[in-house]
Amino acid sequence: MEELWLILGMTAVTFGVRYPSLALVGRMQLSDGVIRALRYVPVAVLTAIIVPYMLFRDEVFVISYTNSYLVAGIVAALVSWRSKNLLLTIGAGLVFFFAYRMLLGFIA
Amino acid sequence: MTDSFFTTRRTSFVAGMRDTIPMVVGATPFGIIFGAFAVTEAGLSFWGAMGFSLFVFAGSAQFIGATLLAQGTGIGVIVLTTFIVNVRHALYGASLAPYMKHLTQRWLLPLGFWLTDETYATVVGNWSKSKEPQPNMEWYHFGSSILMYVNWNFWTLVGVLFGSRFENAAQWGLDFAMIVTFTGIVVPLLVNRPMVVCAVVAGVAGVAFNGLDNNLGLLVASVLAIAAGYLAEEYTRRNENNRLQSNTPITDAGGE
Repeated sequence: MEELWLILGMTAVTFGVRYPSLALVGRMQLSDGVIRALRYVPVAVLTAIIVPYMLFRDEVFVISYTNSYLVAGIVAALVSWRSKNLLLTIGAGLVFFFAYRMLLGFIA
Repeated sequence: MTDSFFTTRRTSFVAGMRDTIPMVVGATPFGIIFGAFAVTEAGLSFWGAMGFSLFVFAGSAQFIGATLLAQGTGIGVIVLTTFIVNVRHALYGASLAPYMKHLTQRWLLPLGFWLTDETYATVVGNWSKSKEPQPNMEWYHFGSSILMYVNWNFWTLVGVLFGSRFENAAQWGLDFAMIVTFTGIVVPLLVNRPMVVCAVVAGVAGVAFNGLDNNLGLLVASVLAIAAGYLAEEYTRRNENNRLQSNTPITDAGGE
């Protein structure tokens, strides 16, 4: 029974955060400033997810060649910057990431 | 309705699924780990664990919720924490909303329910390829959403049933698929200085506030970065206006 209330509560707040802005904001007359600010949402949120993810391994801050997430993340960013091609970035980034981890495995 | 009408709908739907594949790969180990953790450590029943993935459907909030439950935290605190963890979705909704004005509730309700980091990133990545909103983009969004949802629930189920056999799922490195995809979406968006300022602030603040509980660091970093990008844009514009003004010939030459 407790599980049911927990799931109901979590579902309600999650949906309550996701749906209203999606449904209502489009029907509101937004100021020019708000619309311009919203254009920064993708870069802001996605960067704030990936940068700490690459730098913190098991909650420890690691700047080193042994951090495969960081090294491969930089490689992927460079590929993306040069090519602007998402599929190429994903492919090259993943191949590099797993090859690099194998290489690290041999060294260590 | 013509044939081509359906074809474009289906094409958009399939394209949305296709573009979400790397995200699905990235989410896989987390689905397994969540399922296993929910029934072993958090002490949820089979349907309790599946209920998290079927109804809440929010990766990081589910993890934090199950962890709090394992620690014996009360329902009220867990629900409040879930809210804090998910507040960033309000930003997603607001940023998508202008493109979704024409959609009816029949679309907005499910797409709202299914809104995740991954689907948001996929949809934004698709839009940034073309200036104009595409005709069947709700089908694209739907394709991305449904694949994320089915995949998340499938791997939760696998974790619930066979979790103990996948103890090292976190070490597989599949989560890098999500990181590399987000990277490939963000970098091409850095087309001017304000966007770069926004990214730098997001990265630095994201690291600086990483220690805050409940994803609060992500929220703080996002808000700071949006503000920084906006202010940088205002600054650039003001400078350009000034330059335009100072370039206009001064007829009333005095002084010198």
